[in-house]
Amino acid sequence: MDRQDWAIRTERLRRVYKVREPGRKGELVALDDVNLTVYRGELFGLLGPNGAGKTTLIKILTTLLAPTSGRAWVLGIDVMEAPHRIRPRINMVSGGETSGYGLLTVRENLWMFAQFYGIPSPVAHRRIRSLLEQMNMLDRMHTKLSDLSTGLRQKMNIARGFLTDPEVLFLDEPTLGLDVAAARDVRRMIRTWMAAHPGRTVLLTTHYMHEAEELCDRVAIIHGGRILACDTPTNLKRRLQREAIFQIRTGPMNGLNPQTLERLPGVRRILYRVTPTGVRLDCYLEDEAALGPLISTLTEHRVRLEALEKREPTLEDVFVHMVGHGLDEGEGTHAG
Amino acid sequence: MDGLRRFWFGFKVGAWLGWQIESNWTDPFLFAVYSVIKPLAAAAILVVMYAVVSRNAFEHPLFTYIYLGNAFYMYVGGVLQGVSWAVVEDREHYRTLRYVYITPVSFMAYLLGRGLARFVITTIAVLVLLASGVLFLHLRLDWAAVNWPLFLAGLFLGVTMLAFMGLMLAGVLMLTVHHSWFVGEAVGGALFLFSGAIFPLEVLPQWLRPVGYALPITYWLELLRRTLVGSTARAFPTFAHLETPELFALLAAMTAGVMLLGGVVFTACERYARRAGLVDRVTNY
Repeated sequence: MDRQDWAIRTERLRRVYKVREPGRKGELVALDDVNLTVYRGELFGLLGPNGAGKTTLIKILTTLLAPTSGRAWVLGIDVMEAPHRIRPRINMVSGGETSGYGLLTVRENLWMFAQFYGIPSPVAHRRIRSLLEQMNMLDRMHTKLSDLSTGLRQKMNIARGFLTDPEVLFLDEPTLGLDVAAARDVRRMIRTWMAAHPGRTVLLTTHYMHEAEELCDRVAIIHGGRILACDTPTNLKRRLQREAIFQIRTGPMNGLNPQTLERLPGVRRILYRVTPTGVRLDCYLEDEAALGPLISTLTEHRVRLEALEKREPTLEDVFVHMVGHGLDEGEGTHAG
Repeated sequence: MDGLRRFWFGFKVGAWLGWQIESNWTDPFLFAVYSVIKPLAAAAILVVMYAVVSRNAFEHPLFTYIYLGNAFYMYVGGVLQGVSWAVVEDREHYRTLRYVYITPVSFMAYLLGRGLARFVITTIAVLVLLASGVLFLHLRLDWAAVNWPLFLAGLFLGVTMLAFMGLMLAGVLMLTVHHSWFVGEAVGGALFLFSGAIFPLEVLPQWLRPVGYALPITYWLELLRRTLVGSTARAFPTFAHLETPELFALLAAMTAGVMLLGGVVFTACERYARRAGLVDRVTNY
């Protein structure tokens, strides 16, 4: 593919923040040697845990932040050389926040942002109505933003992203903090918009695996500021097809350390999660033959087995394979 | 979007939003009452102090000097704060700064537009004060004798100058944390003492007077007084050696200088903020 087909391209992109906190002074590398190409018409996912560098990358690409070194282009335009030529052609939405002018109604907030892009009022009003209809919030069009719930404010912000019909849309964790139904509305809207505008590009960051899997044409896994892998979800999962993955649900572990299980022959990794009903073990084995000694060890420690299931690899498994722990590590997950 | 359109759209939408924020917080009647009472209440403090000290000598030219200086000084706080505070308000309170910043419009024009609403509201306050002064306090203001073209030109120059000073402050606020709101207040307060707003510069110690002479606001307030009350204003020694056209020319030159400096400082601060990752840094702790 030639340069005309790139929507986004980065070359050895690096961003370092200076840290000046009481008792802590130094540098934080948020992005390190990031090389990425996103093609026009792609729905591209950036998958990584909090602090992986996703938002920093989006900030650089949307001209909010300058890179420390390296280069980045959006629609063939260098983000540092001509940001004013990029801005009319892009838009961005960040999830998990309630930005907006509370004194204005939903319609006024959206109309105002349309004016920033020079969209004629009749066109803006038509688009606002259509977007709010798709977001199931047409009845809130004349409600002041300050009277909306957090979720509805977030949905309005997502509508703001689509309002300007951008050539490249940056969605930074768009469903963060939304309830299940609202998140479903948002995902449906992204799909509908992409289908209706084949030349448009979306860069989506998320730490929800199923979201990336459901929506994205290609996914890059980012961790510690570096891109670890970049491919289609299918190809990424194919990398794990030699492994046998079992999910075992158990009662209390009775002092059995997951690391003990990992030392068993043929066991590559154990992902341990405490759930409301007990314990879930995701076991990554070289082959199925390793399952027998694993089960024996559990029963020797009088761990009650509740369910055993062999499953196909998911993007989360790919992430665990590459990074060594799950996306939600620190929230009840342990990898040995 | 070409440069002129980027500027116009930014200014227009900024002005619209500024007006909505300034006026939309209550119903129109309460807003009108507030717009009248607030400036009167603020001026009443000064008037009462003057009445006590001077034993009600409202006929004295000094009262006109103080009253007009104080009335027009409201533009300094209003416009300076209106332009600069928009940065903190959008960044910390509405959390919209990042979205406005990445739109195609000129961010500088947007901030200037936000200041326009404060200019309009301050103008209402100034008119209320002038009318009250004439009606109730024997203010020596003869509407028919006012040099209106020069007054309007001087007002325009002064407000433009204040807007670009506000832009400089806005640049600084892009680099600082939330509680730096005092910067605008401190600047406004300091200029109040040194700009001849409520007393002629001759009242200041000799070594402090150069500060007042270096401030464009001093020239602006003097020019407005001269266009409104002519000979009464010229009775004070501060700029007695300058003819009114000379004063106007000096103000125009200083305004051009402030515009240039404001543009350069703001652009430099904005670039630094983008490099340092401060554009959308929320510091509301």
